[in-house]
Amino acid sequence: MFEKGDRTMETSVYRSSHRKIALGLSVVPGLGQLYNRQYVKGVLFLILAVSYYIVFADLLDIGLWGLVTLGEVIGRDHSIFLLVEGILAAIVLVFGLGFYAFNLYDAYKNGQKRDLGLKTNSLREQYHTLVDSGFPYLMVSPGFILLVFVVIFPIIFVVLLAFTNYDLYHSPPAKLVDWVGLQNFIDLVKLDLWRKTFINVLAWTIVWTFGATTLQIAIGIFLAIIVNQKDLKGKAAIRTIFILPWAVPAFVSILVFSGMFNESFGVINKTILASLGIGPIDWMTDPFWTKVALIFIQSWLGFPFIFAMTTGVLQAIPDELYEAAIVDGATAWQKFTKITLPLVLYAVAPILITQYTFNFNNFNIIYLFNGGGPAVSGQNAGATDILISWIYRLTMTSAQYSKAAAITLLLSLVVVSVALWQFRKTKSFKEEDMM
Amino acid sequence: MNMKRQKIIRLTLSYLVILAMTVIIVYPLLWVVGSSFNPGQSLSGSKMIPDHATLAHYKELFDTSKSDYLIWYANSLKISTLTMIFSVILVSLTAYSFSRYRFIGRQNGLMTFLILQMIPNFAALIAIYVLGLLTKLIDTHLGLILVYVGGAIPMNTWLMKGYLDTIPKELDESARIDGAGHLRIFFQIIMPLAKPIIAVIALFTFIAPFGDFILASVLLRSKEKYTLAVGLYDLVAKQFGNEFTTFAAGSVLIAVPIAILFLSFQKYFVSGLTAGGTKG
Repeated sequence: MFEKGDRTMETSVYRSSHRKIALGLSVVPGLGQLYNRQYVKGVLFLILAVSYYIVFADLLDIGLWGLVTLGEVIGRDHSIFLLVEGILAAIVLVFGLGFYAFNLYDAYKNGQKRDLGLKTNSLREQYHTLVDSGFPYLMVSPGFILLVFVVIFPIIFVVLLAFTNYDLYHSPPAKLVDWVGLQNFIDLVKLDLWRKTFINVLAWTIVWTFGATTLQIAIGIFLAIIVNQKDLKGKAAIRTIFILPWAVPAFVSILVFSGMFNESFGVINKTILASLGIGPIDWMTDPFWTKVALIFIQSWLGFPFIFAMTTGVLQAIPDELYEAAIVDGATAWQKFTKITLPLVLYAVAPILITQYTFNFNNFNIIYLFNGGGPAVSGQNAGATDILISWIYRLTMTSAQYSKAAAITLLLSLVVVSVALWQFRKTKSFKEEDMM
Repeated sequence: MNMKRQKIIRLTLSYLVILAMTVIIVYPLLWVVGSSFNPGQSLSGSKMIPDHATLAHYKELFDTSKSDYLIWYANSLKISTLTMIFSVILVSLTAYSFSRYRFIGRQNGLMTFLILQMIPNFAALIAIYVLGLLTKLIDTHLGLILVYVGGAIPMNTWLMKGYLDTIPKELDESARIDGAGHLRIFFQIIMPLAKPIIAVIALFTFIAPFGDFILASVLLRSKEKYTLAVGLYDLVAKQFGNEFTTFAAGSVLIAVPIAILFLSFQKYFVSGLTAGGTKG
């Protein structure tokens, strides 16, 4: 906070050792500030420290104990409550340590000022620095606090849960939950049921992510290029129609499709395929055809987004590029592969990657179409379950919380590393001012 | 001559592709609309253009003694609106600080937001469920709204920060010289200029809860608390086909307003996303 002015002075000679004494005294927050004759600040710090201790002593004590043991007596201790309190205690502790570090830093800096024969800030100046430098923190804090409790807190909770044995058979208050280290991850690899399911689900998740996403991207770009041809009439109307699948809420479309694909009364088997002379297909009970249907539906749902993006890019490509290409005798195909496609891909590439991560986690379509089914014997996930819907199934129907947490952890690692890799590559990340 | 023939072939093929796509896009939509006017509950004998079109299913939905549809509609509207209001407020404050101030922890904060926006907030499903149970926020709209708002902050903050960065800093500096305070600069200079991105974020955060199924279905337990997504799923999942025509009517009533809202703001969606994608 005071660093700008101070940096230049560090080289000059100290006349006394106030800074060290202040730093030493601030082991008890506030004393260093009092020593520096900043009485109001010192008293405030002291009060803050004392009240922090009074208010949080119990939480810290029980919370940290609970975090380590997860409870010792059945009936008295509720392991999951203790885990939650433990995380809370850890967060409170981090904030407390942050304040403590600031207190030490502040005492040292002001002591240093005195050593250099400079005046420390008066109360009024302190107030102004507080308002000026505190303003951004004040603005950020409401959002940040909410974020801590509904996003960061759950993530920490899941990470910790992955190392426990919390499931139907170890469920408080009747039973205690214990730390089991890497057991969940080992089970996923070693136990036959889990390994088979995990490998099958992972394989389909990967096929699904790449298959469905690539198809929707290809269709979107292809259609945008077709519609954007100069001599094509009725562009506005066509564009509106092509945007429609994006405009209709996805959950509605998926449920409608699941009605259309229904084997007993669905219009696809009854009307469309019948009129083509093709016998009924088991869209809901045959794993292969269910997957085909899902990829078809996702293409239907997803291409308009790519279509709209690409259309925007195409309209921004200057005509001169094509005119120059014609002068040079380029064929239509060359114009497409050398001008249109590179420009389009360059512009929409960052968005394309988010499309892949979106489908990787596309729970809605899998669950709403037919609940991840059909069922497969010998594994505890359906044939079309992707990781996220498998997690949902484990949590909501079979209460395998710790396994679900372990899978969530693996899934998040994948998503985050892909996304970080992507952002490292974008230029804006490196620009100093953007960060 | 050859050129002209080539052109005719190219355009004909293009129109054929467009026609085929149009059929694929429009058919399911017309099919729902048709189903919603079909008499009877099951789809077995239904036709896209029914012989005896009826509004019975719509009437049933509006009859509160027979269906909870209106309650779900109200729930969804309430949740979406509140999520939108809180998200816009919190996102504006956060994005403004990140864009305009240089403070300790800023870089780490931005980095945290960047990572958090990549993990979908339903990845922590188990935690949200268990925490909901512990805090008694399960089966309340408050709990759901808090989760939605929290989940909306990271991504939308990046989006808005990207936009605010393009507003020249000279504007607030000259205002500061003229004696304007922090809050005054925020409310009277930056916010009016940021209207386009605020509109985009308002739309995003309004529509996202409408389309969410997973969080709502985990957190909401009793029928009269359901949102439209959960309620409509309930309608079809319980006894598939038996109430399909009613479901179709319900779908039309939700899809039409959302689609109109969407189509009228579509341009902003695209520009907002590309701005955030390339800059943020």
